Formats: sequence, C-alpha cells, structure tokens
Amino acid sequence: MYIATSRSADSAAGIPEARSAARRRVSGNVLALGMVSMVTDISSEMVTAVLPVYLVLGLGLSPLQFGVLDGLYSGVTALVRLAGGHVADRFGRFKAVAGFGYGLSAVCKLGLLAAGSSVGAIGAVLAADRTGKGLRTAPRDALISLSSEPEFLGRSFGVHRALDTVGAFLGPLVAMTVLWLSLGSYDAVFFTSFCVAALGVLVLFVAVRDRKKAAAVRAKPSLAESAGLLKIASFRRICWWAALLGLVTVSDSFVYLLLQRRSDLAQVYFSLLPLGTAGVYLLLAVPLGHLADRIGRWKVFLGGHVALVCALLTLVGPFDGVLLAVIALALHGVFYAATDGVLMAAAGPSLPEHLRASGMALVQTGQATARMVSSVLFGAAWTAWDLYPAVLVTAGVLAVVVLAAAVARPLRRAGVSA
Amino acid sequence: MKGRSRWLPVLVTVLLLAGAAVGYTWYAREKTARHGDVNVVPVVSGQALSVPSPGQVLFRNTAAGPDHGRVAQVPVATPGSPRHTADLSCDRFAASGGKALCLAARPGVLPPITDVTVLDRDLHVLRTFDLPGSPSRARLSPSGRMAAWTLFVTGDSYAATGFSTRAGILDTETGELVKTVEEIPVQLNGEQYFAADVNYWGITFSSNDDRFYLTMASRGKTYLVEADFRAYRARVLRENVECPSLSPDGTRVAFKKRVAADAAAPWRLAVLELATGKETLLAETRSVDDQAAWLDGKTVLYALPGRAGSSDIWSVPADGTGAAALFVTGGASPAAGMT
Repeated sequence: MYIATSRSADSAAGIPEARSAARRRVSGNVLALGMVSMVTDISSEMVTAVLPVYLVLGLGLSPLQFGVLDGLYSGVTALVRLAGGHVADRFGRFKAVAGFGYGLSAVCKLGLLAAGSSVGAIGAVLAADRTGKGLRTAPRDALISLSSEPEFLGRSFGVHRALDTVGAFLGPLVAMTVLWLSLGSYDAVFFTSFCVAALGVLVLFVAVRDRKKAAAVRAKPSLAESAGLLKIASFRRICWWAALLGLVTVSDSFVYLLLQRRSDLAQVYFSLLPLGTAGVYLLLAVPLGHLADRIGRWKVFLGGHVALVCALLTLVGPFDGVLLAVIALALHGVFYAATDGVLMAAAGPSLPEHLRASGMALVQTGQATARMVSSVLFGAAWTAWDLYPAVLVTAGVLAVVVLAAAVARPLRRAGVSA
Repeated sequence: MKGRSRWLPVLVTVLLLAGAAVGYTWYAREKTARHGDVNVVPVVSGQALSVPSPGQVLFRNTAAGPDHGRVAQVPVATPGSPRHTADLSCDRFAASGGKALCLAARPGVLPPITDVTVLDRDLHVLRTFDLPGSPSRARLSPSGRMAAWTLFVTGDSYAATGFSTRAGILDTETGELVKTVEEIPVQLNGEQYFAADVNYWGITFSSNDDRFYLTMASRGKTYLVEADFRAYRARVLRENVECPSLSPDGTRVAFKKRVAADAAAPWRLAVLELATGKETLLAETRSVDDQAAWLDGKTVLYALPGRAGSSDIWSVPADGTGAAALFVTGGASPAAGMT
C-alpha cells in the first residue's frame, strides 16, 4: 500500500475528530497565494481574451503573423520555469522570485500600451509576459507545498487551483465590461489589466509569508544539485510517468474542436465550451484534492486520465447534441481537477525542502513539453488518418499508458504520503 | 493598532489602482465618444452615397479622425480629392450592381460577433444578421445578388490560440443563407476529398451568380477551388492560390501567391488566366495580404499597411507591367463602381 506512511498510518489509526478538524484548515498562506493567483488570472485572462481580436482587427496583423507571435512565446516558458525554480531554491527566496514574476507580467500590460502597433515590440512584450509567468509558477507551487501539512497537500493545491480558475472565469467578463464602458477601447482593457495585476502583486507582498527557514538550514543548492534531483528514484518516476502521460494526452483545443464537429451546437457557443471544463474543474478541484489526500494522489492522478479516455470515447461515441457536450465537458473538467494540482501534491513530498521549487519546475516542464509534442503528434495523426481513427488510437494508447502507470505505481517505495 | 497601520497603505494603494482603472476607462470613453480629434485628410462628411457609381471608387476610410471607419467615395480620375463619407461604418465593405455589403465587428463583445448587413443602392439596410467571428473579407457578385464573406473565428482564452476562417454566402434574391461552406463536397484530381481540417476563405462570384471561386486550405496546402452554388459542389483547380478575385470579364483571377516561407512577407500579388493556367506576378513587390479588387479590366486595387495602424489603397497593372502606385491614403476595402 503506497499510502502507508507513519504519518497517515497514525492519523488513520488515531483520533477521527482531530483529523476532521485539521481537514477543514487550509493554511492562510495557501489562501493568500490563491487570492494572488485569482487576481493575477483575472488580469491575464482579460488580455488573452481580447488579444487575438486586437492584433488582427485592431492592428491588422494576418492570422499567420499572429500564429508566429503565439508560437514565439509558448517556447519561452519552459526554460524560464526551470530558471525560476532554481533561483528560488538557491537564494531561498520563493516570495521574491514569484513577486518578480508577477511584477514583470504586470508591467508588461503597460508595455502593450506602449508597444502601439509595432509587431516586434508586441512580440517582445508578450515574451516578457510569458517569462514572468514562467518564473513565478515553480516558486509559488513550492510555497504552497511548504505552507501545507504534507497530508493535506492535495486539498491545498485544490483550493489554490479553484481560486485560480475563478480568476480565469472572471477575466473575460471584466474585459467585456471594460470594453463596453470604454466604447471598445483595447487600451482601457490593457490599463485595467495592469491595475488588477498590480493589485495581485500587492496582495502577494502584504499577505503571503515567505519560507526562509529551509534556506537557513541548507544554503544555496548548486545547478548540479538541482539537476541531480532526478537521482531521487521516486521523483524520477513521477517525472517520467507524468511526461509519458503528457505525451499521450490530447490538448484542450482538440477536445473542443472534436466537440464542435460532433455536436450540433451553434457556432457562437464554441468559445464558451472551455467555460464548461473550467466550471467542473472549479467545483471539483477541492473535493478531488481532498480525495487524493485520502486514497492516494497517484490513484486520483491516474483516475483523471481515465476520465480523459472516457471523454475521448464519448466524443466518438453514440451521444449527440447537448448531452454529448455536457458529458464530454464534465469528464474533461474531472481530468483537470484530478491531475493539475494533484500532480504537484504528489511530487511535493518526494522533494527535499531546499530543492522544492526546482523539482516542481522540472516536473511541470517535463509535462508541458510532452504535451506540446503530443499536440503536434495528434495534429499529424488527425491529418494522416482522419479524426475518428486518430481519437481512437490516442484513447487506446492513453489507456495502455495509464494501465502501465497503475501497475508501476511510481510512489510505492517512496515512503511518502502520496 | 499595529494591524491598522499596516493595512492603511494597502487600502490607499487599492483605492489608487481602482481610481486609475476607472479614470483611464473614462478617458478612453471620452476619447472614443469624441471620435478622435480632426480628420487627418480632407473629408466631406454626411454625404448620401449610392452604389454603383460609375467613375467612383467606394472604400472604407481608415484615415484617423471622426470619420474613421466610415464608407467613403472618391472619383477614379482624381482619387486624391477630398473624400465624401456616408454615415455608415464598416470594418469590411463591398459594393456591386446596386447593392452593398458591410461587415462590422460588434464593439466590446467577447467572443467576437460580426454584424453582416446587405444594403440597397442608397445604402439603406435590406437585411442584417450576426455571425460569430471577426470580419476578414467581403464580396458581392457583379449583379449584387450573391453576398459572400469570410470571418476569422478565434478560439477563446482557454483553447490554444489560433485562427480558423469561416466563409459564408447569402443569396439576396431567395434569402438562402449558407453560414459556412465547409461542408461543400469537393473533388481533388477527380476524387472526392475528405479531410477534417478544411478551411475556406476569400470567395469571389462570377457574373452568372452561381459559379464562384475560393481558397481551400487543408493539410498545410492552399488550393484554388471552383464551385457551383446551386448544385453545391466544388473542385480543386490548382495549388497555392489565396483570396481569388475574378476579373470583370470573368477570364482571370487576381490572387495572393505564397512565394516565401518567411512569415513576415509571404505573399505576392499575381493574376491567373483561368483558360490557360498562365500565372503572372504583378509589379507590386511588397507582400500583400488582401483580396484584390478590380478597378477595371486592366488594374487591381489592394490595401497595404500605412502609417500609425492605418492602411493605404494601392493600384497596380494586372498584366505584370508598370509599377505599384498609391491610390488613396488612409483607405481599405476598395470597390470600384463598374457599370
């Protein structure tokens, strides 16, 4: 039983009242970080929502140029995330590194105003914005994991991701409101987005406490030491399996495209489909995080992928119309709720405290890179074999990998609560 | 007390940020409400324009000022003379055979929605409806009966970004509306072509109000497709033709041809003789991302980016000779008033 650790064995055998009381407690620091993420996500989703229209309609870029800009900044994130994690560990300053990342992204909103119609300048600003996002992710997740009791990690990440998703919900609404009030001024959206982002930075500095203790114990891990994280067997297995699963995961846009092709939903609803996923994610992030703490994070993580397999099968299955959309989006939301924060919660305890941020960056980067490759692969399969065979093959391979991961149980000998 | 002194600066900062956001939004609103300041080019506003007007070119005015975005008109002979503008604002505009087509993005709406409006010869509304997406191309058949358009459809913030296009057709006589032509059966090399990723754009109609041409993209390639509206079938004619525009005599199409992998400047304007398949690159050497419009049988008009987010209309001979010449400063979507 891979959840058997001294701690959880104790609490399982111990006093139920104490346990349920603790269950309700989520550290103030985690809540504060959740608020920061929520506010920051409002800001960034405001911009994301208007950016394509602004670039193509406002500035007259061709969709092709837009694609180039977009590709440019996705590549930036991966490397920067690793750097952010390492620097945060090395100087033991999670809050400062995360704060710099949040601050940089905030300033970039003003940069969009300043860039005007210069495509080069806009590209640079977007790259800087992505850099900020990449920098802050790992130290933030490390702070969440260091601010939580190890047995409640799943729940903590669930709370954080739920708040984060609330922000993603509100962002486009705020953008619409500002556009409406300003009679369609994109500049007003960018400026408001800056103000909201600045508020996020403020909340971070006022309400979030840093974890300097770890750094005092064990100072300045070297690059080699960060890279050496992969020598930790349990962590290496998590990275490897997360990346492998990422490699056979169908990206969101393909799920929505599939759904659009299969169901007779009016075109105008197409862009609302992701809200369905986000809504389910938002509702289930905390319960599933909690479940992960109780029955095992790896089980829930794999269960999420099973939900994705089911979602894919639904998409090529017998249902139709609204029913199809509801079932598929619900399963897709379960996939997110059971995997995104849960993976961090699973990885956290296998990492030494002084290398927490580096490790989280590593597992995230591995997964993200694998998912990027998977998008290309799935796109190629779609083009080569057409839609249904591509989906069925992907679902089949994913199921096989999930099964293998269930048999392998990467955390079994870890001796950690996971 | 200690707690209070810590939260006071925070409260002040929050109020400052909120005030700044509200203030800027209000400032932007005022600026938009005043429609900029003054027109940067000579404009005669509030004119009753009509289509078609022989010897005149209608276009979308993109020069900064209160008349930005409005439909404007200049004489072909003296395109530099003050433009006359109507009280009609469009993001894309087309006019032909006594009808006009106006695509206007609805301001401040997410996901984007475009109002598609068909107008009569005096620019009075005949029919209007909305479709999801942002305006890209607008065309009318020579008689004005068939209206065709292309919209950009964007994923939203959660989906991976990227554009697809959706081309649609309205038969103004029967009222038949095809919101997207992507289901049309299409043949490639004599065989039915099936692919999940087909994308269409840039429709141009012939004078019989049935035959039309457009671009199909699939599996990384673009094709010139010839189609029949009533039989609703299509066939691929050749590769690498985007945004076709049929000449007034129906024998040639002007189009943008992909000549470079460089994403910054991929296209050249070219003309294809449909009967012989002969392609001629035009004298314009800059990359053109527009569906050209024929001024007459010998010249095509197209827009290129101008100063400060504006655009200019240029002209170039359709036979590969001569040189590109500036036609109208601060304009887009030209439509020549042919009779």
